[in-house]
Amino acid sequence: MSVGIVSYGTYIPKFRIKVEDIAKVWGDNADILSAGLMVNEKSVPDLDEDTVTIAVEAARAAICRSSLDPSRIEAIYTGSESHPYAVKPTSTIVAEAVEATPEMTAADLEFACKAGSAGMQACMGLVQSDMADLGLAIGSDVSQGAPGDALEYTAAAGGAAYIIGNKEEEMVAIIEDTYSFTTDTPDFWRREGMPYPEHGGRFTGEPGYFKHVLGAAKGLMNKLGTSAEDYDYAVFHQPNGKFPSRVAKMLGFSKEKIAPGLVVTRLGNTYSGSCLMGIAATLDQAQPGDRIFATAFGSGAGADAFSFRVTDKIDKIRDKAPRVEELLANPVYMDYAMYAKHKGKIRRA
Amino acid sequence: MSVARFWRQQVQRYNLVGNHCRNCDDYYYPPRTTCPFCRRNGEMEEYKFSGKGELVTYTIIHSAAEGFEHQTPYVLGIVKLEEGPRLTSQIIAQPEDVNIGMKVRPVFRKLGESGDKGMLHYGTKFTPA
Ligand SMILES: [Zn+2]
Repeated sequence: MSVGIVSYGTYIPKFRIKVEDIAKVWGDNADILSAGLMVNEKSVPDLDEDTVTIAVEAARAAICRSSLDPSRIEAIYTGSESHPYAVKPTSTIVAEAVEATPEMTAADLEFACKAGSAGMQACMGLVQSDMADLGLAIGSDVSQGAPGDALEYTAAAGGAAYIIGNKEEEMVAIIEDTYSFTTDTPDFWRREGMPYPEHGGRFTGEPGYFKHVLGAAKGLMNKLGTSAEDYDYAVFHQPNGKFPSRVAKMLGFSKEKIAPGLVVTRLGNTYSGSCLMGIAATLDQAQPGDRIFATAFGSGAGADAFSFRVTDKIDKIRDKAPRVEELLANPVYMDYAMYAKHKGKIRRA
Repeated sequence: MSVARFWRQQVQRYNLVGNHCRNCDDYYYPPRTTCPFCRRNGEMEEYKFSGKGELVTYTIIHSAAEGFEHQTPYVLGIVKLEEGPRLTSQIIAQPEDVNIGMKVRPVFRKLGESGDKGMLHYGTKFTPA
């Protein structure tokens, strides 16, 4: 039985802060930082937005885009590293809000930045084995970087939702295959009850991101007998602009092939939403028949690679929900003081 | 707000679910058990509002109730849904961008929380369409 994306939806809060406004507060050189990270600004949630509200908006956009009956959704997995409750699922709130309850299963996932793609794989298994009609996988985050920490320049807010099904006539993209690469690596973590994450310095680049992304990407291409030339587009987890650009080059993908999905320069790192947002931005402009290669990465560490083939259906439903480009347009900029208030870094006494 | 009370109102807050009376063709939000106009002759059915509406009037809150102090100034408005019912809601917009008669659409937001240890409450607010 084939498996694929039946619909997708995204959500990005309208507020942004520029890297230069963060750098000003900490006395860092904004030009060097922006050029090094390839990030100019990042999204900031509204005071009443969190992982749940972002997940609901993205899920509603996905349902609206395909006009499908939400009671057909029989599994919901929300991946996030910023679920608002330590115990009580985000996914049940989403399920109630999109009217998929009660005949369904749900759970929350956490795997740093790749919990959303892990949810997609779980949904693939359920629909391919016919245990579920449709599955909804969401990556949503309102991530925190400690004040003055390098991560503060990129930790952003946003989410993407994918409805996974097994009926080829409903799919906008067929998932040709998936492949994962996972090890126990101490590159990034956050202990229970702690507001900000820690990172294991030397583990972040080569032993974390590059080893796992390359492992999953090469593994999938070996399995399928494909290479970079077989794909029209590629998307990689984007904690900044530099890492996905470098890994794309190592795998033989041109700048043009990653350009549509490289939204991090204007969005920041949306963690569990990051790679899924890039895939959505690519689907927003892909043509029927195009092939898209994608690899999500999560610290801790693991990577999930996917190979997609876009179908004719994409043209019929694409414009029924906002494109990523529309959500990125016309942002409202805020200064560091307002940003600190929005992120709860400062509170009224 | 008690956990039980919010839970009972959850469906209507998440999705603007109210009633339609088949007898007089009027719409009600929040939901009610009997039609106040037809009374015994009323034929109430559940109805999900699209959430499209317009802003009837609004006020800008500078001195907020407990738990909302960090959101000031914010806009509180009366929204008239396409089907007729009016409801009070926070309007997600900068105060200077708000005007009477503007079209609004629903958004899913956090409504509040019961302290640091209690439940988080979610539901519908409105934003310029
Ligand atoms: Zn009546």
